[in-house]
Amino acid sequence: MMRELFAVRNAGRDIAGTLREIFGRTVGGLAAAVVALLLVSPVSALMPDEILNDPALEARARALSKDLRCVVCQNESIDSSNAEIARQMRLVVRERLVAGDGDGQVLSYLQARYGDYVLMKPPIKPETYLLWYGPAVVLVLGAIGAGVYLLRRPKAAEVAEPLTAAERARLNRLLNKDDA
Amino acid sequence: MRYLLYLLPLVIFCGAGVAFWWALDSGRDPSRLPSALIDRPAPEFALPPIAGIDTPGLSSGDLATGEVTLVNVFASWCVPCRAEHPILVRLNQEEGIRLVGINYQDKPEDAVRFLDDLTNPYSRIGADPEGRTSLDWGLTGVPETFVIDGTGRIRYRHVGPIHPSEVESMILPAVEEARK
Repeated sequence: MMRELFAVRNAGRDIAGTLREIFGRTVGGLAAAVVALLLVSPVSALMPDEILNDPALEARARALSKDLRCVVCQNESIDSSNAEIARQMRLVVRERLVAGDGDGQVLSYLQARYGDYVLMKPPIKPETYLLWYGPAVVLVLGAIGAGVYLLRRPKAAEVAEPLTAAERARLNRLLNKDDA
Repeated sequence: MRYLLYLLPLVIFCGAGVAFWWALDSGRDPSRLPSALIDRPAPEFALPPIAGIDTPGLSSGDLATGEVTLVNVFASWCVPCRAEHPILVRLNQEEGIRLVGINYQDKPEDAVRFLDDLTNPYSRIGADPEGRTSLDWGLTGVPETFVIDGTGRIRYRHVGPIHPSEVESMILPAVEEARK
């Protein structure tokens, strides 16, 4: 009985010691991991098996993936989308880069298949002038309106004439009557 | 003139109201993407047949045959494809429209079982286990159905399963149009 109790207590001490050892040793590691996670760009759906061996090409692929819209999720780039089609598109981006395409060629390759919709930045053309220049036009119109309003505002009202002696006397009379 | 200026907010409000009303009431679906491939030749591709089946494979040469062809992208794991299947059988057998398939990201044995269970209306099926060819078609999901005219041009694209009511309203008119 006694021996069993000792065993249990020792086991407890062993576990505590082990825990202390683990955490003591890894606080630095944990901190490093947290800092590393904070430094990483927003979460990506990229799988390890998709990554190219050439870091320069991979960096271009990542940048391009952020400029391409997922055709399933509508408001996510293919870099962050977990849809199967987005994964296919990421692979195609890399396939084209390895084949020696420039960044613009990769974008037009997918644009030819999916339309302007796949580009996160809509191209500037007559249909999208309103989208690109509309806000600027509204700003200019607002500035013109504000300018016109400020220029046409009547000058500050004339300063009133000072009171005459008779008026002042009458005013005093009125005020005194109130006091009384 | 001044009154017109005071009426401006009301006019803008009514204009916005009409625009919102239209957006809610017109049945327009902003998530429907226009296809970039309409009236363009079908992409160049050559797909092997599904292993363990007699149906031959499919390549771009099989689409410019002088007759209108339906290209249906399907997968055994896709529930809407299963629901749509009787419609495809009907289009092929009752309307006499040539029907070929692209089997998207599927295991051959699953695809064979799917076709054994539901009958095989396809005269040719290309196996696209990677989904690479389907991306050239601008595929956003399964099922999708394309109407190809006799010269091998894509004339209509149907996203999602063909609903029974859409046979009369969309598919048959598109096939008629492509036959001209």
